[in-house]
Amino acid sequence: MSAELPRITADIRAYILENLMFSDDGSVLADDASLLEQGVIDSTGVLELAMFLETQFGISVRAEDLLPQNFDSVNSMAGFVQRATAGRAAAAV
Amino acid sequence: MCGIAGFVGGQDAPDATRATLERMIHTLRHRGPDGFGYHVGEGVGLAHARLAIIDLATGQQPIRNERGTVWTVLNGEIFNYRELRQALEVQGHVFYTHSDTEVIVHLYEQYGDDFVDHLNGQFAIALWDAGRRRLLLARDRTGIRPLFHATAGGRLWFGSEVKALLAVLPQLGALDPHGVAQALTYWGVIDPGTVFQGVQSVPPGHVLALEADGRRSLRCYWDWEFPELRDGRISRPFASIDEAASALCELLVDAVRLQLRADVPVGAYLSGGLDSSGVVALIRHYTNNPLRTFSVAFEDAEFDESDFQARMVAHLGTDHTTLRCTRRDIGEAFPQLIEHTEAPVLRTAGVPLMLLAGDVQRHGFRVVLTGEGADEVFGGYDLFKEAKVRRFWARQPGSTWRPRLFERLYGYLAHSPVANAAMAQSFFGRGMEHRHRAVFAHLPRWTTSQRALAFLSPAWRAELEGWDPLAAFEATLPEAIHRWSPLARDQYVEAHSLLASYLLPMQGDRPAMAHSVEGRFPFLDHRVVEFGNRLPDHWKIRGLTEKDVLRRALAGLLPEDIRRRTKQPYRAPDHGSFFIDGEPLDYVADVLGGDSLREAGYFDPERVGRLFDKCRRGQAIGFADNQAFVGILSTMLVHRQRVRREQVV
Repeated sequence: MSAELPRITADIRAYILENLMFSDDGSVLADDASLLEQGVIDSTGVLELAMFLETQFGISVRAEDLLPQNFDSVNSMAGFVQRATAGRAAAAV
Repeated sequence: MCGIAGFVGGQDAPDATRATLERMIHTLRHRGPDGFGYHVGEGVGLAHARLAIIDLATGQQPIRNERGTVWTVLNGEIFNYRELRQALEVQGHVFYTHSDTEVIVHLYEQYGDDFVDHLNGQFAIALWDAGRRRLLLARDRTGIRPLFHATAGGRLWFGSEVKALLAVLPQLGALDPHGVAQALTYWGVIDPGTVFQGVQSVPPGHVLALEADGRRSLRCYWDWEFPELRDGRISRPFASIDEAASALCELLVDAVRLQLRADVPVGAYLSGGLDSSGVVALIRHYTNNPLRTFSVAFEDAEFDESDFQARMVAHLGTDHTTLRCTRRDIGEAFPQLIEHTEAPVLRTAGVPLMLLAGDVQRHGFRVVLTGEGADEVFGGYDLFKEAKVRRFWARQPGSTWRPRLFERLYGYLAHSPVANAAMAQSFFGRGMEHRHRAVFAHLPRWTTSQRALAFLSPAWRAELEGWDPLAAFEATLPEAIHRWSPLARDQYVEAHSLLASYLLPMQGDRPAMAHSVEGRFPFLDHRVVEFGNRLPDHWKIRGLTEKDVLRRALAGLLPEDIRRRTKQPYRAPDHGSFFIDGEPLDYVADVLGGDSLREAGYFDPERVGRLFDKCRRGQAIGFADNQAFVGILSTMLVHRQRVRREQVV
């Protein structure tokens, strides 16, 4: 596991708690819980998450990235961010 | 169109009764600015605020029968009053006015409580039978006109709006957690509930009777009914869809002709969509009524339909007025809307309609025809098509191509990821296990809106412990619904949730009445509803084309691009209307401030504060956040206006 992953996960968790669940109680959100299943995001909520990931982590989210496997849980988003940043780093080399 | 109020019970002196009635009816002056009328009897009082539309000279209410033993007040119109009067006169009844209201007392004499079956109209009626000392409260079939009642001090009180009751019963003002939770989930409170403890509505299509001995009965005289399936089909009422379309056109012509009856000029709203364009085209082609039309345009291109409106204006040559609406206009007028709705709303869309009614009034009109109701009767909403795709997909859950139909359905939502197949599948694929339930189609909508419940305070959440919104709604449904077609089930739920509890009151009656304007809805003529209900699903939604039979009925009357246009839901800017350059309007900051929220006790100030900040930053882009924000703000405005009796501007 990359040393970055826990930080990415924590940032995403904090954002969702603050901005989508309007709570500071971390126990209400498991990292592998489906955000769609739990009703945390609606049909438009994923756009907001994409906007946050781009701003926070400097990555680019393409339309074809808007997939449940990338956006449906804290863990899936963290993994997506890690892959995107790794890809960016590889391209820079 | 008017306002009514009154009570039965008690032994007040006539002067005291009159004074009580005045306090009640004066709160409804906006519904009837042309004068007040009263009937004071022993233990009974009826009051009426008049908006004169039919029989300007002698139509003052209350109206009585020949012997003065039956009295009535009416809010609304009886469109078929001429035909009814003719028949009643043949039966020996003598009329003393030319008013539509007078047919009510004679029909009651002739048919008793079944008099409502003969009415074609939009009405809320109070009828006092002095001989038998009984009161009837009756409401039109689909819930176009409001009617509330409460019991206190040994009396039954009634009024067109809750404010008429609260004027004399201040103890009833407290908000009901279950009523508010329903409003935040279903978009409106399901009849007979309201957001006020101790206040109930007369449900659409019902008559409430209070007898001399105190017995009460609530009788349903009409409901949305659909044919039962036999071997998965219904018997077709016509040989072909084109034959049905031809019959529908004839029926719509008659509905429009009836609804143009008035002794004042009648205008029409023109949104640019199929339904209102169809009504205006029917007026143009089949009546001699001068064409005067009104519409709303938005500065936000996302909501604006003015290109289509201009197209129809040019096509039909109407004398047209457009009201241009900004976000600030909406934000600033929102408290006035809630003053009239007396209930939470989840969207701001009622505000432009209220401002438009003001424009209609300024131009000297007090009656407008609109296209409301066509989506419910002929399957126009995305929700119906969405449910059709979800059911189609559920039959083969492993199919990869079936859910791609969502791309077609939501292709026009350029800014929404539901146009993305994978996300659409995830979102709409939820709840498939509920596909046999009558509320299946409404699950996505209610799942989104009920996120607002997470903002309730711990005390209110405790009050709602164990409340299951789906089960609660299903408990109100008729047993026969499970033998109807899937679309019929969806239409029934829609008619009893969004239409009756949100669209008709919050975007129909109340915004128009705020400026003494009467909306009329030819698609909700009960004959049109009954006609639509008899048709097979695929004549309403063919493939994913909504309102197919209506499009065919209007062939030749509309430009082809309007006739074939996919429905664009009417919406207005939501949370963005309440912040100007990142700063909240003054009243918004006040009403949603921590102290204000704590004082009211309904919401969690910390959570609401986070949502408030998110909206202020312009980051609330989803439906759920917008609906929660508007729902919380409007609930707090109801609290200020009705519970604390403050004026909010």
